[in-house]
Amino acid sequence: MTVLGWFQIILFCVVIVALAKPLGWYMTRVFNGEKTFLSPVLRPIEAGIYWFSGVDEKREQHWLTYTVAMLLFHVGGFLIIYGVMRLQAILPFNPAGQGAVAEDLSFNTAISFITNTNWQNYGGESTISYLVQMLGLTHQNFLSAATGIALAVALIRGFSRASTRTVGNFWVDVTRCTLYVLLPICIVYTLFLVSQGMPQTLGDYVEATTLEGARQTIAVGPVASQVAIKMLGTNGGGFFNANAAHPFENPTALSNFVQMLSIFALGAALTNVFGRMVGNQRQGWAILAVMGVLFVAGVAITYWAEANGTSTLQALGLVGGNMEGKEVRFGIVASSLFAVITTAASCGAVNAMHDSFTAIGGMIPLINMQLGEIIVGGVGAGLYGMLLFVVLAIFVAGLMVGRTPEYVGKKIEAREVKMAMLAILVLPLMYLGWTAVGVVYPAAVASMANAGPHGFTEVLYAFTSATGNNGSAFAGLTGNTLFYNLTLASAMFVGRFFMIIPAMAIAGSLAAKKSIPASAGTLPTTGGLFVGLVVGVILIIGGLTFFPALALGPIVEHLAMNAGNLF
Amino acid sequence: MESVPKPNKRMPVSAMLDRKIVIPAIRASFAKLNPRLMVKNPVMFVVEIVAALTTVIFLRDVLTGGVGLGFTFQIILWLWFTVLFANFAEAVAEGRGKAQAESLRKTRTESQAKLLTGVGQAFKLVPGTSLKVGDVVLVEAGDTIPSDGEVTEGVASVNEAAITGESAPVIRESGGDRSAVTGGTQVLSDWIRVRITAAQGSTFIDRMIKLVEGAERQKTPNEIALNILLAGLTIIFVFATVTIPSYAAYAGGSISVVVLVALFVTLIPTTIGALLSAIGIAGMDRLVRFNVLAMSGRAVEAAGDVDTLLLDKTGTITLGNRQATSFRPVRGVTEQELADAAQLASLADETPEGRSIVVLAKEKYGIRGRDMAELGATFIPFTAQTRMSGVDAGGSSVRKGAVDAMLNYVGGGTPLAVASGNTVRTIQPMALSDVGREIQSIADDIAKAGGTPLAVARDGKLLGVIQLKDIVKGGIRERFAELRRMGIRTVMITGDNPMTAAAIAAEAGVDDFLAQATPEDKLKLIRDEQAKGKLVAMCGDGTNDAPALAQADVGVAMNTGTQAAREAGNMVDLDSNPTKLIEVVEIGKQLLMTRGALTTFSIANDVAKYFAIIPAMFLAFYPQLNVLNVMNLSSPQSAILSAIIFNALVIIALIPLALKGVAYRAVGAGALLRRNLLIYGLGGIVIPFIGIKAIDLVVTALHLA
Repeated sequence: MTVLGWFQIILFCVVIVALAKPLGWYMTRVFNGEKTFLSPVLRPIEAGIYWFSGVDEKREQHWLTYTVAMLLFHVGGFLIIYGVMRLQAILPFNPAGQGAVAEDLSFNTAISFITNTNWQNYGGESTISYLVQMLGLTHQNFLSAATGIALAVALIRGFSRASTRTVGNFWVDVTRCTLYVLLPICIVYTLFLVSQGMPQTLGDYVEATTLEGARQTIAVGPVASQVAIKMLGTNGGGFFNANAAHPFENPTALSNFVQMLSIFALGAALTNVFGRMVGNQRQGWAILAVMGVLFVAGVAITYWAEANGTSTLQALGLVGGNMEGKEVRFGIVASSLFAVITTAASCGAVNAMHDSFTAIGGMIPLINMQLGEIIVGGVGAGLYGMLLFVVLAIFVAGLMVGRTPEYVGKKIEAREVKMAMLAILVLPLMYLGWTAVGVVYPAAVASMANAGPHGFTEVLYAFTSATGNNGSAFAGLTGNTLFYNLTLASAMFVGRFFMIIPAMAIAGSLAAKKSIPASAGTLPTTGGLFVGLVVGVILIIGGLTFFPALALGPIVEHLAMNAGNLF
Repeated sequence: MESVPKPNKRMPVSAMLDRKIVIPAIRASFAKLNPRLMVKNPVMFVVEIVAALTTVIFLRDVLTGGVGLGFTFQIILWLWFTVLFANFAEAVAEGRGKAQAESLRKTRTESQAKLLTGVGQAFKLVPGTSLKVGDVVLVEAGDTIPSDGEVTEGVASVNEAAITGESAPVIRESGGDRSAVTGGTQVLSDWIRVRITAAQGSTFIDRMIKLVEGAERQKTPNEIALNILLAGLTIIFVFATVTIPSYAAYAGGSISVVVLVALFVTLIPTTIGALLSAIGIAGMDRLVRFNVLAMSGRAVEAAGDVDTLLLDKTGTITLGNRQATSFRPVRGVTEQELADAAQLASLADETPEGRSIVVLAKEKYGIRGRDMAELGATFIPFTAQTRMSGVDAGGSSVRKGAVDAMLNYVGGGTPLAVASGNTVRTIQPMALSDVGREIQSIADDIAKAGGTPLAVARDGKLLGVIQLKDIVKGGIRERFAELRRMGIRTVMITGDNPMTAAAIAAEAGVDDFLAQATPEDKLKLIRDEQAKGKLVAMCGDGTNDAPALAQADVGVAMNTGTQAAREAGNMVDLDSNPTKLIEVVEIGKQLLMTRGALTTFSIANDVAKYFAIIPAMFLAFYPQLNVLNVMNLSSPQSAILSAIIFNALVIIALIPLALKGVAYRAVGAGALLRRNLLIYGLGGIVIPFIGIKAIDLVVTALHLA
């Protein structure tokens, strides 16, 4: 570990915190339907969209209507992706002449993109056309991100409103989010990425002759536009198979730093939106602090593990940390930081191979995802996931002040606890359950690249990543098989929607409640005590679930490695 | 001066575990194993299922000659102990109530009732049990009142010791706020006619018996929510444990069912699951010990959440009676003269106010008591018309009374038509004499300071004013400060005018007051507070309090009050002491805190249990994991056994805390949370490490594993 390394980590944190307030202010205005500096340009377009699609922007929806609208929207998204993948051979914008994508892979990919997971069982440049990349994937990158944010805003409205039946209008929220938040930032961001040397073209792949005289096909395409939204919307699906480790997808140290910032920017700003909407920004800062504590701890452990390398490598005479699977351009600190960020948020873009991390270094990304990706998290999804944990933490400990639990003026009662438990239950069911099948079912075992605990970790990582809608892969594992295409798709689907529906039910039930004014007897939810409490509940309730699995994966691998056993 | 001590009715642990309760409780622990009863407690029901399951497996292994039977047997034994300990906790909590119910039952005697036939005093004797609602019975001296009812005619002294434990008789009369009688109480003198208001089986005493026995205990909203949380955690740990055999198979090992069960049972929140209902029962029981009956557990929970307390001034904040504190003469009259006249006017006045004037005159001015007969004086009693009283003696007349009435009496002015004994009257100033104006100004001063003025005149000449003052109870100010620290706002309700009310409110330290309050005002105040999302508690006794009692989230009816008030409230205070509302709130908070503390403790315990069991479980195929054996437990078997023993014993160890409740301190939510998190959160993490290690040492020393 170096001073410069820590400086980069601290700089990252400072910029994220600094961005949270202005972005939060702007987004709050957007979702409250107020005027912004972009309104003169965008308002006519927005009104046009409503007119064209017959949406009455003044009419708010009950939580159930809101949720059903969201689900219908995703059915449409699924059909488009599945359709264009199956039909890509006869559709335009296919200069490389890619053939139809297999049924199970198309299914997996369609689920993957509508759930904001962007798990890639396909190699972008070798399997799918520009049309699929743009119409299917980039398009869903926007909409699944906008959906996540819209849902988070609906839940925030549940907390901030009182005695009402509605939580907003899904169509309006998605439209405004895309138009006022995602698109403007992405346009500027894409131009920046192009300036860093990223391709943005609809032209053919480039033929090149290497110094040795060999002919080589260099894949290019509309890369920058897709990278912008894949980061900003925490989608993570790379244009290229190597994702952000590919020089065209992450050309410079600056592009790497900005990409990391863009993963966290909106998620962190949403905590500020929360604070503003519930009428006390400190509530938002407290949530961000919970995320920050867990994040910094994770970064410190991974950075420490990677910088110290392993006893085995040192025995071979290699000095310094573990550089296996890392881009020399980025080095240890930027790779460790990226790995923690991408798994803390549900991004899943990678600039290094997590499979090659040390056992402990690779365990942190795994834990980040198993905790439900609530450390900043996926845009929107991170906040509503975190709020579910807050509901539980408040319920357990809130009683200890001698009142029935309440949070930002809302009583937490049976219905909220039931829904929060339901949402938190499905996560271990998916990743522990499917892992249990995956490590013994012969057709699945064949996909493992490594034996022993490391192979175990690969499987656990894949299902965890899918359930958490992260999409990052531990590599090694061969995912494009019938078993994994279907099981991972089910994990992604359940991990997304079985969390959303209970969260929305909570939004509806909270919105209908009265708001209780705070008094000296109310549990304070803005101070360090609250932050510590939520961190503790997350680690204990979340952590206890997967401790046995971790013990059998990375922990035993680490201990075995120290004893000279490799897998 | 009467002060408001903090009552301390917490029971010592020894009394809690007395033989009369413990032995039946042990018996009940086995009876409660009935799955139909267990299913109400999801966590313990699951433990019972796995205990039964492993017992079956064990029996099979015994028959087929398996290995390690001794270890399996011990685990199973402790699984059953875990369930039994939970049942025991509940049985002990119920047992304390049962003892109380027993003594209540004794009062339900099979009496004959004198059912009035509707013609004069004619009645026929019928069994008390055959009475219907609406029947009118005659109850005479020596009779037991057959059922709950309302006095329709007559006055009687009644011994209510059966329900209040207070042996001094109380007066029950028709009309007014003292008209409710309770079945099972006894008329000591005179007679009353009672209209029956409760059918047999649903009388006050019947309900009391059911309540203290816990027979009709319904889960409260918060308890239901907590049960959902615990069930959810249990399901999560099902996932965490049932997937382990597959992981182990991948690693080339296997794990026995009994070890998995041991891990599962130690992880699920058995501690709080076992004690949850005991905590609820004990909370109700604590109220009963305070002689407060909560009609539902929901009311006790609501008490913990109360934001606003409405308190009647008289009897709660101030002593019931005003006292004379000074004599304020007009110019040209000495205090001594005024005191002398005031004392003379009050000699025959037996009201507490009158007596306090005599006492003040004696203490401050040395005026000795005089004998009315010796003076040949005649007493002129107070009437609602004259609103004054006094003495005529030896051609001289002395009067004291409400200022406006006195001004009128001496011909000083024309009072405005405002009628109430303790309100300040505005007299048209033009019509007043100089003395009248002076009297008026003194009276205003007194009212502003929260006192009540009484003017004194001798032979038609005004001498001055007696200052009567409400005496704020000692210690009440501190109690209100305490409530403020709890985040509870206190509102004083009084019929006084705003000026007097403000002065007393300031002296008592309440946050707000409602002056010249009518029942409608009270109801409106409650509704307004509730509209702001606040929970309101109040107490009341009169029929006109009933709507407000019903509207309030916590309505404590005084037992001396009317039947209507008792029906409207959700708690009844048998001692009829309105100050107890404060304790009721504390008991509610204590109940919720105990639940939260034990839940936190239970969940925090899991950390240590993992460190005990995980390395032991996987040691056979991943010996490296012994690094996680931070407690350095001697063997895998002893580690697992120690964890499960700890898990069972901690239930027994925490029964006293569950019954007594976590101590509540009025220090504000932040400080309270910090303290409880430190004790039950951090303690919950640390204690099992120590406990499991200690048990491991014992288990190893005894060669149990």
